Amino acid sequence: MTLAIHYPALQVVLPLLAAPLCSLMRGRDFAWAFATLVSWLAFGIAVALLFAVRADGAISYHLGGWEPPWGIEYRVDALGSYLLAIVTLISAVSLSFARLSVAREVRQDQHALFYTMWLLCLAGMLGIAITGDAFNIFVFLEVSSLSTYALVAMGGGGDRRALTAAYQYLVLGTIGATFILIGIGLIYMMTGTLNILDMSERLPAVADTRTIRVAAGFLTIGIALKLALFPLHVWLPNAYTYAPNAVSAFIAGTSTKVSLYLLLRFSLTVFGPTFSFGKLPLNEILAVLAVAAFLIFSALAILQENVKRLLAYSSIAQVGYMVLGISFASVTGLTAGIVHLFNHALIKTGLFLCVACVAYRIGSVRITAMAGLGRQMPFTMFAFVLGGFGLIGVPLTAGFVTKWYLIMAALEAGTSLGLVAAGLVLVSSLLAVIYVWKVVESAYFRPAPAGSPPVREAPLALLVPTWALILASIYFGIDTRISVGVARDAAVALLGGIS
Amino acid sequence: MIGNVIPPALPLLAAVLILPITSGPIRKLFTLLLPLLALFLVWQVPDGPGLTFPFIGLDIVPVMGSNVARLFATVFTLMALVGGLFALNQARVVELAAAFGYAGSAVGVCFAGDLVTVFVFWELMAIGSTLVIWSAGTPEAWRASMRYATVHLFGGVVLMIGIVGEILGTGSNAFTQLTLDSPARWFMIAGFLINAGAPPLQAWLPDAYPEGSPFGTVFLSAYTTKTAVFVLLVTFPGAQILIYVGLFMVFYGIIYALLENDMRRILAYSIVNQVGFMVTGIGIGTEMALNGAAAHAFTHIIYKALLLMSAGSVLYMTGKRKCTDLGGLFQSMPVTAICGIIGALAISSFPFTSGFISKSMIAQSAADQHLAIVWMMLAAASAGVFLHAGIKFPWFVFFQKDSGLRPPDPPWNMRLAMYIFAFLCIGLGVWPDGLYALLPYPTGYEPYTGSHLVFQFQLLLFSGLAFFVGLPLMKRTLTISLDVDWFFRVPIRRAGLAILDGASALRAGLADAARDRATDSWHFLQASSGRRRLRMLGQSTGVAVLIVAFLLGLYVVLYYV
Repeated sequence: MTLAIHYPALQVVLPLLAAPLCSLMRGRDFAWAFATLVSWLAFGIAVALLFAVRADGAISYHLGGWEPPWGIEYRVDALGSYLLAIVTLISAVSLSFARLSVAREVRQDQHALFYTMWLLCLAGMLGIAITGDAFNIFVFLEVSSLSTYALVAMGGGGDRRALTAAYQYLVLGTIGATFILIGIGLIYMMTGTLNILDMSERLPAVADTRTIRVAAGFLTIGIALKLALFPLHVWLPNAYTYAPNAVSAFIAGTSTKVSLYLLLRFSLTVFGPTFSFGKLPLNEILAVLAVAAFLIFSALAILQENVKRLLAYSSIAQVGYMVLGISFASVTGLTAGIVHLFNHALIKTGLFLCVACVAYRIGSVRITAMAGLGRQMPFTMFAFVLGGFGLIGVPLTAGFVTKWYLIMAALEAGTSLGLVAAGLVLVSSLLAVIYVWKVVESAYFRPAPAGSPPVREAPLALLVPTWALILASIYFGIDTRISVGVARDAAVALLGGIS
Repeated sequence: MIGNVIPPALPLLAAVLILPITSGPIRKLFTLLLPLLALFLVWQVPDGPGLTFPFIGLDIVPVMGSNVARLFATVFTLMALVGGLFALNQARVVELAAAFGYAGSAVGVCFAGDLVTVFVFWELMAIGSTLVIWSAGTPEAWRASMRYATVHLFGGVVLMIGIVGEILGTGSNAFTQLTLDSPARWFMIAGFLINAGAPPLQAWLPDAYPEGSPFGTVFLSAYTTKTAVFVLLVTFPGAQILIYVGLFMVFYGIIYALLENDMRRILAYSIVNQVGFMVTGIGIGTEMALNGAAAHAFTHIIYKALLLMSAGSVLYMTGKRKCTDLGGLFQSMPVTAICGIIGALAISSFPFTSGFISKSMIAQSAADQHLAIVWMMLAAASAGVFLHAGIKFPWFVFFQKDSGLRPPDPPWNMRLAMYIFAFLCIGLGVWPDGLYALLPYPTGYEPYTGSHLVFQFQLLLFSGLAFFVGLPLMKRTLTISLDVDWFFRVPIRRAGLAILDGASALRAGLADAARDRATDSWHFLQASSGRRRLRMLGQSTGVAVLIVAFLLGLYVVLYYV
């Protein structure tokens, strides 16, 4: 099929062109239906690409027929295709969910713009994952970031806290993006190329220069900011808490994942493992920050009274798990980090959708307000319990698969520090038990406040997407062939293929 | 299904989904049919590993038959059946569903063909049993279930490190006999022993089990500890440390049971004591000792469930659980009393009851190995069992003083369940050959020899004498005996709370200190005045940017080093 060879371009172009069209749409639900359709199509393309890459290896697509390194290359490898599939899946499911939830939280006259922003954000993230050109990465990063700021700002039905949260995110996100741009610029200065593969080939010759080391510094900080890696996480809890519920679900499953992709891409593909982990102490730095992230934020999550903020804190902790996996600089460790991209996206988006169901019915996301919901919204709350199991890493959920590989990687290192890291991961998972438990306790063991009006179960249109993700998180906790298979391929390619 | 074998755990696990969505007679039908189906399936599993399937890069064997597995799974499913009958009309559906999920997970462990499967069902069992305790619905049960879950999740953590280490070290995830020669295996045995109720965390058991509902406790008594006995039997037979651990448990259980006033806590302590016998048997590790441990697990589940059904019936009919509040119930609850007495005789190894034919094998194997001290300790402990469980429980609950309570016997299904297990207690004692044929190794053991009988009767006679001579000492008063669970009830909990308080105080302190120059992000976000908020917003973001600049400097310095 001739169309199939253009899938890499279509993957980005489809949502990118659909976005302005979407802004023209008027009338009830029209923009939503269009955006949802586009998002599912993008998912279809991503799945096709994923299987194509799995069968035949990386795909290189030359935009406009210009050969790299002169022209811009779109390059889909195992890691990229994995990320494409994750981002499009999360987008499609949260969009399917969004109609009722957004209708309640966003002003009617902004709906078309809302979905336009969503599609732009999607296009930007897909562009980051697919492009083989470092400057292009910056461009797409700005596309996705700017639209995310707008999406966050639309939250809370005019709640001004959403505006401030978006503003803070904007300031810090822009600094991050600027740092990334400076880093790319410095590398360009030394290598004279913007194509990532080309860069990685030319870098070793100039690796010992100060410029490259400073470039690495700028890139690490810039990416860590976008990744919300402790201590650069400040923007994340506010953005997740005050964004519209559907947007929280969407960005919780995608934006930090894309940033983690950038970390992998720059530290391993561009700089190469020997430079990043050999000459630079990147893995030691990452390990310390990661452990701090998951211990501190699993503990702080316990103190939260707002479930969205609780989940946001848990996200910072889970980013810690992914980064810890990468810091082991082994195939198992990277597999753990990469597979958690996928697992955590399913689990956390599923949980945010549960919370959105609750917010849709009771208008609050405070733990105390959820008292008695176990009986009144049994399907929603049971989904939350299953998702919570995933966060804890109970066997037969996707979270367990990650935990297993992470422990494996930690013990594989064979050092006492590895054993300590394994122990701390497990301690952190016990902390997760407590914060999940807090919600469960309120929902199942506290009576509904006296005199409160009866609450009905969330409508089917909200329950179906929620359960789809929750069931997927259980399915991928049992059948790991694809999720772990692709992650391992990606890990092997990152560590061994190009350096 | 998996190959041509249907996993015997499946009907019980399916019950978790089926029971809540059915009601009335259909639910009752399922409550009885599903365990029966599981019992049938237990006997359809052929020996050896079934189909394997890949999971997290390993070959997983979800179902593997063996005669030990079948023995334990048989009594587990039997327990689910009779326990379901006992709870048929009275228990809440959540409790029943959780109990069946719990039982199904225990059966899953029995047929596990590899360590990962063991671990998966192990964790499911922890969740199921926590739910069972919860379902009692009292605040005490709620708190107990939290403590219970904490210990078991910790046990799961230890076990997981052990299993991952084992797979990394040996490349094998086989669930088979291992020798204790690597740190990973020490982690594994520690994880198993936590579930067995071994020191130093043994207190979870008497802490949590008595808080279950009258029906939940019956289920709880059967699975967690006996599954641990099963895995120890498979993986670490003959590990010497188990002898000492087992003996500790034996005496711990006796001493605390003698001091205890709550009738179900007495029985809970005696679980630790009885599991101690089994663990000792596994530690001795000869064929006869292992047979004894397995047989004792089988008979123990039945008589302990019978005792707890009897105690549960008393609790259900009177709402009282303290020995000091009870007494003289024999007149109005004869069935409950007689069944309780049969259970008490069985736990005391009275000849012609099931306890006699199993426990004596363990003692005999100690004697055969010339472990004189072990043998003497076990004999002394047998006398202690008779004191605390054999006489004390029925005496204080059904006889002794007249408490003035005149409750009738419990409803028919509870009575029928007790009849069945009472019948099995005696039946297994009189005709032990059926059970002996199921044991892992061929046995030539003959329980009813003259010397065995004379010895046992002497033991029972003298300890019975001791009880009534020392009756004033045995009289229970309203006391609370402290156990090591105090440490995790009080200091550890306080320390945890203190850390959390400290964290919030630190956070608040930081926020206070920074109030003028910059404020914690959520404080400014929640501040109401517009101008103030804007000012603080700039400052908080400013601090974040300062951190960025600082980190950039730090990274670049680190990158130069």
